[in-house]
This record gives sequence, C-alpha cells and structure tokens, in this order.
Amino acid sequence: MADPAPFINWSLLALSPPGWGSVLLSGLINSIQIAIGGYSLGLLLGVGGAFGKLYGGPILRDLLECYTTIVRAVPELVLILLLYYAGTDLINQFMGLAGLPAVDISGLAAGIFVIGVVQGAYSTEVLRGAIKAVPSGQIEAARAFGMSPVKVMTRITLPAMLPYAIPGLSNLWLIATKDTALLAVVGFSELTLVTRQAAGTTKAYLLFFCAAGVLYLALTLVSNVFISIIERRARRGLAEAA
Amino acid sequence: MTSPAPETTHALAFTPEDLPTAESFFQPHRILLMAIFATLVVYVSWSMRWDWLPQYLPKLGWGIVVTLAMLFSTSILGFLLAVPLGLVQVTGPWPLKAFAKTFCTIIRGTPLLLQLWLLYYGLGSLFPQFPAIRSSFLWPYLRESWPYGVAALTISFAAYEGEVMRGAFAGVPAGELEAARAFGMSRWTVFRRIWLPRAIHRALPTLTGETVLQLKSTPLVATITVLDVYAIISKVRQDTFLTYEPLLLLALIYLCLTGILVLAFRKLENRIPTRGA
Repeated sequence: MADPAPFINWSLLALSPPGWGSVLLSGLINSIQIAIGGYSLGLLLGVGGAFGKLYGGPILRDLLECYTTIVRAVPELVLILLLYYAGTDLINQFMGLAGLPAVDISGLAAGIFVIGVVQGAYSTEVLRGAIKAVPSGQIEAARAFGMSPVKVMTRITLPAMLPYAIPGLSNLWLIATKDTALLAVVGFSELTLVTRQAAGTTKAYLLFFCAAGVLYLALTLVSNVFISIIERRARRGLAEAA
Repeated sequence: MTSPAPETTHALAFTPEDLPTAESFFQPHRILLMAIFATLVVYVSWSMRWDWLPQYLPKLGWGIVVTLAMLFSTSILGFLLAVPLGLVQVTGPWPLKAFAKTFCTIIRGTPLLLQLWLLYYGLGSLFPQFPAIRSSFLWPYLRESWPYGVAALTISFAAYEGEVMRGAFAGVPAGELEAARAFGMSRWTVFRRIWLPRAIHRALPTLTGETVLQLKSTPLVATITVLDVYAIISKVRQDTFLTYEPLLLLALIYLCLTGILVLAFRKLENRIPTRGA
C-alpha cells in the first residue's frame, strides 16, 4: 500500500470555507433540533395516547391501537415519506379551503412533524407500560384524599411512573437522534445529507462518513451521561434494583 | 441500572403480543369500525388511480423476494456473528470483551443509513484504487451494490443482537451449567447442549422484535440502488407522478410482511415447551 497521507486530507474538516467542518456542524445542529422537536412532540402524543389507551372508551382505544400497530409495523422510511408528502399536502389544502395562498412548509417543521408522529406511537407504548406499573394503591390513596383526576395525574401518576418509563424513553431519544438521518432521503439537510454532499464534492468519502459517525456517536455518548443522571434522580428513594 | 451502551430496542418492536386474537374481533364496536374502514378502503380504491398496478405487479413480486432475501440472509448471518459477540462479553478475556463492547457501542450509536453509505460510497470508492482487489475473484461482486447492503445490515443486526445474546448467556441459571459439568460434559458440550439452546430460548421473544426491526431497516438498501420492493415503488412514483397510491401500497405490503413474520415466530415459540408461565 502506498503512503497513506494522500488518503487523509485533514484540512477538509477545517471550520472555515475550504474545509467543510462548519457545514457538518450546522447539519448536526439541524439534526439535534429535529430530534428534540420530534421527541417532544412524540412525548405529548405519547402521554395522550397512553391515557387514551388506558382510560379511554373502546373506540378510542381501538383507534390508538391501529395507530401504534401501523407505526410499529411499517418502516420509518416509508412513514416519513408518506407523512412528509401527506402532511405538507394537507396543510396546503387546508390553506386553500381557508382562501389563503399555499405556504412553503419549512423542512424543519415537516421533519419535526414526521419524527414526532413516529415517536408518538412508541412513547404511547412505553408510557402505557410505565403507568400500569404504578402501584394502584398510590393512585387510590390520592383519590381518597379527594384529588381531582387532573391532580392525580400531575401529582401522582406522572411522577410515579417516571422510574419505569425512563429506560424506554431514553431508548426513544437515542432512536430519535438516529431517525433524523432518514430525513436525508426526503432532502432535508441534516447531518447525513450534508455529509454525503461534502463527501461527493471532495471525493473524500471515508473521511467525511467517519467524521459524521464520530459526531453521531458523540451525541449518543453525551446523551447517555445525561440519561444516567436523570435516571438516578428519578429513582431516588426507590430500592435499588438487583 | 443503566448500562453504558444504550438498551436494546426490543421493547419497542412489534411482537406476537401485539397481534389481535381471532375471537376479540367480533365485538359490536369493532364490527362498526371495520365497516367504516372497509368503506374507506373501497373509497380509496375507487377515487385513486390504480391502473399502473398490473403493469408493475411482476416487478413488485420480485422486489418482495429481494427484500425477503435481504432480511433472511442478514438476520441469519448477523445472528451467527451475534453469538460469539455475546459470548465473549460474558466469558471472554478482556481484549475480546472490550472489542465486542466497543463494536456494539459504535454500531448502535450511529445511524444505519450512515453506516450503509460509509460502506458503499466510502469503501466502494476505495476498493478500485487497489489493483490487487480489482484482479481478485471478489471484484465482480464488489462492483455490485448488494454486498454492501448485506454487509451493513448484517453488522447492524449483529451489534443489536449481540447485546441481547450477552444478556441471554448471562441469564442462563448457573445451576444448569454446573449440573451439566457435574455430568462430566466437556466445556464445548456444555455450550452446545445446554448453554446455547437455553440462551436462544431466552432470547427468542426479543429475536422476534429484532427481526421485525430488521425488516423495517431493509428499505434503506434502496438508497444504494439495490432493487428491493421499496426501490420498485420509488420507480413507480417516478414513472407515474403519483404520490400517495404507491406509498400506501408499500405500507400495506410491509404491514402484511410484518404480520406474517410475527405469526411465524409465534408458531415457533409455541412449539418450544415452557413450564409454568
């Protein structure tokens, strides 16, 4: 093998323009924004979905079952395409009905929407399991003290289910960060797509894909540190699991 | 409680418990919902354009075959890799243990799409620079795109399943292994007769979930020009300028594939006798 130096041209990763470092970093920031937005939207949907599945009527329960089943059985890539086109289309039809001109939906909003819908189905399942794990005596005690259902939820059910939900939710966060890569397929310039563009322009494919891999890995490892801190906090006062 | 590596995703995957049982179907509100759903389906098939379907049907069939071939080959290869990966993390000397741990963390910490593109565009652009590779018997394969897809999906499955197998190997009760050794079995016999079967038995429910996740990962290979069912649908979309119809059909195809896969695993699990439970 020849001298390896020509294969690795580190200056390509420089932050200022001939280098592509700043492009990669802005892609990473886009990815993180979408992950945070999608994850938050997914959590909202998940809380609603979990309460609907546990306490809703039979029809609501069945509809939610359809939602979680379909999302968990169809590839994310297909869902992202469907939701991306359907979502933007629906909004524009709605605008048309309201007599307003069609809007250009930003890629960021569309990305957050599709990741959120996918994450919602998973967090519905995670939260449902966690709520079911809360000892029913605690909820009965809260009711016996005369708390309204909303108060029972905010003061007892949600805080008490956290230790059970956190492993699943942290998992979901890691999935959300990696699912953002799929938005590259619909042309949103997140980390994976800008990496591919940078690699295609400079022909330094291995260098850029490895650099992006390091960024994703760093995101995961940093997230893991925060997750363990949060988990320790949520579990305080509980007996250590063996 | 938390391990350094992220927990596996099996709890989130579609598993046999999610399938409805036959008798639960016929409750009054379900019949009503099904009627509404059926009208919706009829409406969709009337109002949307499906005239392209007969023309592409053979290609779609072939695409499904490619998807399934990808799924089964990578799951089997990945599982074969996962067994040693799990085993060395439980018993191995520290360098192997550290290597397996690092491998799993890296693969599970980066998106599969990135790994796929790294292999295809990265290694794929590197290989032609070496005359030794170009003249070897492997070259006709390395010029194609599917080996990179198989490699990426196999590695990914091995990393996720390696973590599962680590838990499964560690979870086999020590008494069973001691009993086997007390009967005078050699280490290899203990592994082959007791440890591995018991570990697979314990991992089977998780394996179902992981295989469904693997099915859901297969469409990614279409991005490196492997002609699976997703790629065929993309072609239909380009040819006909239709947005929703092909994608809806694709979602339906994957729903059916997942359902069949999960049913098959349920049959398999039922064949293995479990006491109690």
